[in-house]
Amino acid sequence: MIDKRPFLTTTDLSFVFAEQLHVLDGISLHIQEGAFVALVGPSGVGKSTLLRLFGGLLPPTSGQVLLQGQPPLAHRSPIGIVFQRDGLMPWRTVWDNVALPLELQGVQKGEMRNGRIQAMLDLVGLNGFEHSYPAQLSGGMAQRVSIARALVHEPALLLLDEPFGALDALTRERMGQELLHIWQAMPVTVFMVTHSIMEAVLLADEVLVMNGQPATGNPAKITARIPINLPRPRHLEMQATADFQQDVATIRQAIAGFP
Amino acid sequence: MVSISFLALLLGWELLVVWGEYDRFILPGPSDVWQQLQIVVGDGRLQQHSLITLSEVIPGLLIGCVIALPLGYLLAKSPLAARLISPYLIASQAIPVIAIAPLLTIWVRSTYWARVLVAVLVVFFPILINIIAGLRSVPIELYDLMASLHATRWQTFRKLEFPAALPVILAGLKVGATLSVIGALVGEFVQPKSEGLGFLLVTARYQFKTDLVFVVLLTLALIALSLYGLVALLEKRLLRWQQAGSHQKM
Repeated sequence: MIDKRPFLTTTDLSFVFAEQLHVLDGISLHIQEGAFVALVGPSGVGKSTLLRLFGGLLPPTSGQVLLQGQPPLAHRSPIGIVFQRDGLMPWRTVWDNVALPLELQGVQKGEMRNGRIQAMLDLVGLNGFEHSYPAQLSGGMAQRVSIARALVHEPALLLLDEPFGALDALTRERMGQELLHIWQAMPVTVFMVTHSIMEAVLLADEVLVMNGQPATGNPAKITARIPINLPRPRHLEMQATADFQQDVATIRQAIAGFP
Repeated sequence: MVSISFLALLLGWELLVVWGEYDRFILPGPSDVWQQLQIVVGDGRLQQHSLITLSEVIPGLLIGCVIALPLGYLLAKSPLAARLISPYLIASQAIPVIAIAPLLTIWVRSTYWARVLVAVLVVFFPILINIIAGLRSVPIELYDLMASLHATRWQTFRKLEFPAALPVILAGLKVGATLSVIGALVGEFVQPKSEGLGFLLVTARYQFKTDLVFVVLLTLALIALSLYGLVALLEKRLLRWQQAGSHQKM
């Protein structure tokens, strides 16, 4: 399933905020098509900044980001993006929130558009909630709507910025499993920022570790890239295996061991 | 509840007049006001002057909105514009409208438009401030979302900024609706032309027809309440999603 062609590449990427705060420095990496990559690191290190650079939402100070050879915002298919919170439009129903990307692309109302929205709602298990407003949903359900919206226009790249960070532990585990299920059903490359090492190991093909302290003048870098070789499909019971524990320990060391 | 409190207010007022033995030109009772109301409604004067005032209030409110919306957008979006323009806007609010109104009647030849302009000046600022506050309250995540989906500036305005700012804009419009009545009245006070509720009020006062003063005051209150109610109705229709949020979460 994984194509060896580089899909997303960054070369010597750095980002300076407001001409003062050097957040990221010299980030060069590539992500293969169809991969599931997770990024972990201490709070405030600039993980979300890197995610926004990947999406073309911030202009790099130097270096570049290329999505299949093009700047991300010039790519023919818009990326999908899921935030930790505040991601839904409270004035739109579930259905209308999911319809937004198609609306913006000028897909006319009709059977095809309705079919795609319905298919996404089925995939994330939100049948019967089409007419609810976000304020009526639980945190987990709201994130499912966000995921449905991020994928409805069939993006090549899905960016997840701590998508389950505001959920309780049990919901979080279940959402992770559902995300894997969706990823396997769709040809999409996933880049996920997370606080949880366990979540990163359980979901990803590769975990990137970011370290640094931009606030004290040490811009963040990618300090380790750890491949996760657990077999797929992954399930929650794997957390008890020695391989899983080993990967978690390696990542924990990679974060803490940085001077 | 509302009708009981209103009846109690009327009763208290009538008793105050009876026990205090006030002269009718100092404090007329509700019954005097009621009689006077029947007279001015009967000869059509009240309706005629009310229509004149309304014809100033409503354009004043609408023009105020039409100016405030693009200006608010500009001030919210451009720090440079905000730096250049806001000092004048704030300074203009420090000057009481009643002080500028006579100047406006000198500069604007049409009596009617001078009065509308005073109403515009009064409603414009609270609406503008709310538009700016509303636009600034849009979450950054939703701007990122729109950018990631290649939304144009117009799409971002229509599908994100306007609906997101709408609750705060409508709250400003409620304030503006009640202020527009004051604005038109100030315009009528300073502009000597024999029509409008402001004119009726001034004449009634000069003639010591205090009961007529009360009739005009009540009419003004009624107009302001109706305008407020109209905006509240609009709010209820446009912001149905907010009521949905008050239900219990599932």
